[in-house]
Amino acid sequence: MTATVNRLSLNLRAMFGRSYPRVIGMQREPSWLFFETILPLLGIAAYVFIYKGFFLGLDADPAANERLNAMIGFVVIGGTMIAFWLNVLWSMASQLYWEKEMGNLALYMMAPMSRMALLAGMAVGGMFMTGTRAIVTLVAGIYVFGVVLTVTSPLLILAVFFVTLIALYGMGMMLASLYLLWGREAWHLSALMEEPIFLVSGFYFPAKALGQSIALGASIIPATLGLDALRQLLFPSKALSGIWILPPDTELAILLVLAVLFLFLARASLAYLEVLARREGRLTSRHQ
Amino acid sequence: MSSHLRTFRLAAWLGWEMESNWTEPWLFAIYSVIKPVAGAFILVVMYLSFTFIQPPTAGMEAANQARFNFIYVGNIFFIFVAATLFGTFQVIQADREWYQTIRYVYMSPIPFYTYIVGRAASKVAVATFAAVITLLFGIFFLGVRVSLDLAEVPIFLAALFLGLLCLVAIGVCLAALSFITAKHVHGLAEGIPGMFYLFCGVLFPLSVLPGWGQGVGKIIPLTYWFDLERRLILPPDTWNYVSTSLPTDNLYTLALLLVSTLAFYFLSILLFRLGEHLARKAGKIDMTTAY
Repeated sequence: MTATVNRLSLNLRAMFGRSYPRVIGMQREPSWLFFETILPLLGIAAYVFIYKGFFLGLDADPAANERLNAMIGFVVIGGTMIAFWLNVLWSMASQLYWEKEMGNLALYMMAPMSRMALLAGMAVGGMFMTGTRAIVTLVAGIYVFGVVLTVTSPLLILAVFFVTLIALYGMGMMLASLYLLWGREAWHLSALMEEPIFLVSGFYFPAKALGQSIALGASIIPATLGLDALRQLLFPSKALSGIWILPPDTELAILLVLAVLFLFLARASLAYLEVLARREGRLTSRHQ
Repeated sequence: MSSHLRTFRLAAWLGWEMESNWTEPWLFAIYSVIKPVAGAFILVVMYLSFTFIQPPTAGMEAANQARFNFIYVGNIFFIFVAATLFGTFQVIQADREWYQTIRYVYMSPIPFYTYIVGRAASKVAVATFAAVITLLFGIFFLGVRVSLDLAEVPIFLAALFLGLLCLVAIGVCLAALSFITAKHVHGLAEGIPGMFYLFCGVLFPLSVLPGWGQGVGKIIPLTYWFDLERRLILPPDTWNYVSTSLPTDNLYTLALLLVSTLAFYFLSILLFRLGEHLARKAGKIDMTTAY
């Protein structure tokens, strides 16, 4: 007996199926919540105290206090975004490579759904997992570090945040296929894309501090513009007006382009990967 | 004893091969220094952002430079913390989840504790290389001033050795925890060093923390390790601008470090046996938790 399955429904089910273990995994392993949300907060707190150390002795100056609030806010927003960036690196980009090492990739390749649905499921599950940590970081930033946010354009803030996430995870989907081609070097590439990217994308400070041209170059990483736009919208102080890369509307437009571009490139690299897999037959060979 | 030495030597060799044989030596050398140098640069740019947003008033330059030296040198020693801790506890999860070889290694007639310490040795070697490069970079390109008296070299080396032993012992404690928990490599890798980053006064004087935070910092041995190494290596005038509220007698601090390192060593053996026992009982020695 054969059954006809609607293609859209099949892919949506595949997407849901792949996101399910990530969403449900957190509930089945409560220690995850502690290790992935509470512990990383400590590292972010250290960066907050660096700025507090810099501003030591300037407490009496209200303007300095306003600047300190903004700097701490930059760290908190950056810490929120770091959670997503690390998830993109370790749970998106490296994931297909690990699936190969564990023997799941062959099953994925044989299943009748689109591989894009699989990657989208990984992304949705990853966003959910990481969203918890991001919310904890933001709440801690506001209540523990006393950061005062000024929400002037809530819709624009939401638009920037979600488009940044789509662009970031689109980049992760593209890298997932490329990492599979690069083999063992992939792990090291992910490790290499931590601190250097934290630096050029300005996770702990405004990216323009590195110079406008470096900041623009780093804008290929969606987090750079996303962070810059969010910080502008949440800390609209005139004293900080010289430290932004571009106006938030322009940054949102560029992020939209990046999101579409990365999703397109993800699809293209997946297709290339499948061709290569059939031609060379080494897609499921482990430890290469 | 010879079994321990042989296990250590072979595990260190295995760790080194796993660490480095994926690429050419020159590329591996670049890879090994890019991360710590970028980490140091983050602090440099944070400092630049601060001076841009809050320009220093007259007379503040010397204080700012002293604070910057304090942060930079603290961060160099922190390279050992991140690398040694990660190098130790990740062995359980790497062998168990990624390579799925833990069952074979575990069943082989070797001391498993020593095997883990041996595997971490390669990370310590790479961290030493990265720390030296970062220090030289700071001295030659960022104006970081250091001054180590020749008479103080033995105490500096003794403190470095004890600090590394203490780190390995803490790493083994985390490895014991890894026996019975899911794939938390990144949470642990970020969180535990983050805890030391925050409470040990690595990047800011301990006095910046609230009272309870200073209390936590003062019971962590690494606080004294950072303070001692920094006190030995930074010019004496640094302390005119930076106050850490910690003992200034170097020998006393070294003795404190020796006692706490021994305490952590015995604790690591105890926890390791407990973690191993619980994992065996629950059948978790070779579990995989791939989400």
